[in-house]
Amino acid sequence: MSFVSVTNVWQRYGNRSILERVNTTVAEGEFISIVGASGCGKSTFLRMLLAEERPYKGAISIDGGETAVEPNRERGVVFQKYSVFPHLTVRENLIAAESFEKPFGRLRGAARKAAESRADATLERIGLNHVSGQYPASLSGGMQQRLAIGQAMTAKPRILLLDEPFGALDPGTRLQMHDFLLELRDETNMTVFMVTHDLDEAFKLGDRVLVFDKPRWDPDDPGLHGATITYDFDARNKGMPFQDILDQYPSLARD
Amino acid sequence: MRLINHIPARPGAIILAALPFVLIFVAYSVASDFRLTANPQDKLLPAPSTIAETAERLFTTPDKRSKEILLWNDTLASLARLSGGVAISAALSLVLGLAIGLLPYARSLFSGFIAVLSMVPPLALLPILFIVFGLGEVSKVVLIVIGITPFMTRDLAQRVMEIPKEQIVKAQTLGASSWVIAQRVALPQVLPRLISNVRLSLGSAWLFLIAAEAVASDVGLGYRIFLVRRYLAMDVILTYVIWITLLAFVIDWLLKSLSRRAFPWMEAGL
Ligand SMILES: Nc1ncnc2c1ncn2[C@@H]1O[C@H](COP(=O)(O)OP(=O)(O)OP(=O)(O)O)[C@@H](O)[C@H]1O
Ligand SMILES: [Mg+2]
Repeated sequence: MSFVSVTNVWQRYGNRSILERVNTTVAEGEFISIVGASGCGKSTFLRMLLAEERPYKGAISIDGGETAVEPNRERGVVFQKYSVFPHLTVRENLIAAESFEKPFGRLRGAARKAAESRADATLERIGLNHVSGQYPASLSGGMQQRLAIGQAMTAKPRILLLDEPFGALDPGTRLQMHDFLLELRDETNMTVFMVTHDLDEAFKLGDRVLVFDKPRWDPDDPGLHGATITYDFDARNKGMPFQDILDQYPSLARD
Repeated sequence: MRLINHIPARPGAIILAALPFVLIFVAYSVASDFRLTANPQDKLLPAPSTIAETAERLFTTPDKRSKEILLWNDTLASLARLSGGVAISAALSLVLGLAIGLLPYARSLFSGFIAVLSMVPPLALLPILFIVFGLGEVSKVVLIVIGITPFMTRDLAQRVMEIPKEQIVKAQTLGASSWVIAQRVALPQVLPRLISNVRLSLGSAWLFLIAAEAVASDVGLGYRIFLVRRYLAMDVILTYVIWITLLAFVIDWLLKSLSRRAFPWMEAGL
């Protein structure tokens, strides 16, 4: 049942504890939003899911596998910026998602042709076909992030990790990106982890919202204890969790 | 208005750019005229017209003994050494820079060594090079390589390390091996830097070349300058100096246009 399982994960840098006793399980196709104060370790958690760094203690497994030692094609990622390659055109960025796993990072002949037509279909889908020959630097922030998401999805990862993907966008573009992401998600049923500072966004997009915070606090040594998941909200039904809670605990409705 | 906000208009800017050249030329002509009126035999500051005549002779008249035009021979010999040395340095620094920038093991192994190596004054090694490689072409090329490779390597390694971590991680999530990351992510992004490094290093490369040619050679621009110095042939020396400057300028300009043409993505954001 559980697709991603995080078991008793700790992380520390030097003698500073960042995360401690993080436990959660995620079903396939779930969209998990992650919120928490700045510097509490959300990106650190994502980096461990990505296998960019390994937990100090504990295990992270995808579909029953071992804790990974380095990033691989199972895990796709979109960062706030620098997620696409500046020296490749928009179309080449999408083709790279297929060709980089080849021995020389290139596709030839029929394979190349097939990848190109798939890239063109994706460009159509993400609404970037009119800029396919341009370089990322000439695109708007929203377009760059759409490209980054399209590129990550092209590699068909098992989980998609988003670290404040819309953090640098204006509110209007943000809303467009929400629709875009929700549509893509309906089409692919991808398992997604998204870090955000925007609570509305977290509840709107997520099936669950995980809150990271420090459960213990040592006033003499703030670095002694790390953060963990302190709340795990059900956020379906357009981010109105109380409806489910009322279903489960009818007694709460009475005052 | 503040001085920093005064900007010369188009014709004024061109005149200003030309001014230092004109001033030098006028100052030289006046000084030369001065000395020549006092002593027509003076060799120190030949008149501009004399230099022009000498230049024409050097570029067109073959040597009596060898029947070849020495200036062209010198130019070809020097350019061959220069381009050989610079090409080897560029290739070496690219490979080393990528390795140091991407591979932690290579970084531990080389970065200290190259930092120390770049402190060794290359000209002090020249005698050793002559002893080891003889007085032929190899020692001159090696001097250029030793002289400019450490700097170029350090700079390229630095650039590779400045590539955002996000891109390197992203490439890994697309399944790229270290080799693919080096060749498809890092290499294309540091190539423009390699070209600007070559442009920056050409000055030092010329310096090392002329020094090596001055000490031991039988052909080459540096060799010729130091040969005719014995006869105080200022007109020949000045012709060669202007010619070397012109060559350096043209090479620099070619590299600059190559860089602009070859890396359109660099300017996409501007
Ligand atoms: N490689 C590292 N070495 C040492 N300390 C680190 C490292 N990476 C992160 N930290 C520290 O770990 C803490 C958590 O960082 P992290 O980036 O995970 O926070 P965050 O929750 O993502 O914050 P933000 O909301 O600002 O992005 C921070 O105090 C940071 O300084
Ligand atoms: Mg963060």
